[in-house]
Amino acid sequence: MLKLESVDVAYGHVNALSGVSIEVRDGELVTLLGANGAGKSTALMTISGIVRPRAGSAVYDGTDLLRASPYDIVGLGVIHCPEGRRIFGGLSVQENLRMGMVRRPDKAEARRDMDWVFSLFPVLAERRNQSGATLSGGEQQMLAIGRALMAAPRLLMMDEPSLGLAPLVVRAIFGVIRELHRRGVTILLVEQNVRQALAVADRGYVLANGKVMLQGSGAEMRSNPDIEQAYLSAAPEAG
Amino acid sequence: MSAEELLLQQLINAVSIGSLYALMAIGLAMVFGILRLINFAHGDLIMVGSYVALLLMVLGLPFWVAAIAGVAASTLAGLVMERVAYRPLRGAHEISMLLTSFSVTIFLENLAIILFRPTSRPFPGPAVLRSVIEMGQLRVAGLDLIAIAVAAILLLALTLFVRRTDIGIAMRAASQDLLAARLMGINVNAVIATAFAIGSLMAGVVGILWSARVGKIDPLMGFNPVLKAFVASVIGGLGSLPGAVIGAYVLGGLEILLQGLLPSVLTPYRDAFVFAVLIALLLFRPNGILGSTEKEKI
Repeated sequence: MLKLESVDVAYGHVNALSGVSIEVRDGELVTLLGANGAGKSTALMTISGIVRPRAGSAVYDGTDLLRASPYDIVGLGVIHCPEGRRIFGGLSVQENLRMGMVRRPDKAEARRDMDWVFSLFPVLAERRNQSGATLSGGEQQMLAIGRALMAAPRLLMMDEPSLGLAPLVVRAIFGVIRELHRRGVTILLVEQNVRQALAVADRGYVLANGKVMLQGSGAEMRSNPDIEQAYLSAAPEAG
Repeated sequence: MSAEELLLQQLINAVSIGSLYALMAIGLAMVFGILRLINFAHGDLIMVGSYVALLLMVLGLPFWVAAIAGVAASTLAGLVMERVAYRPLRGAHEISMLLTSFSVTIFLENLAIILFRPTSRPFPGPAVLRSVIEMGQLRVAGLDLIAIAVAAILLLALTLFVRRTDIGIAMRAASQDLLAARLMGINVNAVIATAFAIGSLMAGVVGILWSARVGKIDPLMGFNPVLKAFVASVIGGLGSLPGAVIGAYVLGGLEILLQGLLPSVLTPYRDAFVFAVLIALLLFRPNGILGSTEKEKI
């Protein structure tokens, strides 16, 4: 359903992505691994229509993403839960969730989804009238995921959802990722937490210096010593 | 006049002038919050609305019809300004946007000078606006009461708008994190156009009230109000809507207070004293009254 082919992205003279081809099929959980600066976030920003590549193609369900605006892309159900959470600190928890559903025509259904998000993250229900800025880091991450879920994603892209969180919170977040996968949401997960990511992923790609270095099924990659060497050693231990 | 009456009289004056500053400052603050653009051409929207209203009155339309048409003209001018001058600069450096706003100001003011000549023209207001209500020793201008009431209604409406409606909440969201807003599918162009429309509508209202108060209009009439509005939003914390309103009332209060307290030889220099107080305030709170929390912009 999502297919990037030979995508080149450059920021000025710096190549962020060179000839990257990635595919995510319906219902799959695909993980994108790599060290800082490998180009993982750039790949997601390209799919979201924020960053425009120099060459290559990006197609989702027959729609050319390179000709679509972020507004259109959200309308397709391609939802990006960005790195660093980026919740709206001055908005209440409930208002943040409401901003997730602005592009949905089915408002009644969306309100039911809000109850579902509150059941996934009960702490958000308790703090629904508190401003986002008053939440802890873990709660903000839950809010960021909840806000993305309010958009009824068909393809959910998550950029480092476990970054900087306590092990217990990381476990909870990955529990929700598994749950979403079970429910049939297609997921593209960017992570530095390689072990956790490969434990849940159907397939994975390893990016380095803007290129795809390795790809394979989750099981293959879990047993591939090259990943240990090339990447795991550099990754921070968490969870 | 007793001390209480004098105080009340001055308070009404302060709230009245503060209300006009507040309506102006909101337009600046809303646009700055989202785009980081200080739109100095915002003042010229006052002029556009007032001239359109005057033109229609000269053509024989009643004041209130002309006033509403003037407000509509300001709103339209604000939308056109956004579309033509600022939207092509989306993502450009803040300095480029600031310089563009100066260009827009120069263009509009010179256009008005060519069309209407540089001299001022009398702006007739209806009797209600010029009426004075006497209560004991108290003399309250009808215009002041109307300005206060109109500002209260518009501020209440704006508060409901940014708290209750999708696009109002989206406006606050966009001012906090534009990228996250885009990733959520918020139509940023619509949000920005709405911010310009609301700010311009309020500038149009200020234009009518201001012109009726002063009794004459000229092509450069927007300069002083936009300067005051800018100062008000800096006091309040640039980009914050509640801050802009608070800053506007603080500025209005200071002006009236110093007008009353300064010996008569010094009253011509009132603004110098006002700005001295503001400089002192900014030394203690460099981000303005509500500007300390960086993330909360609206």
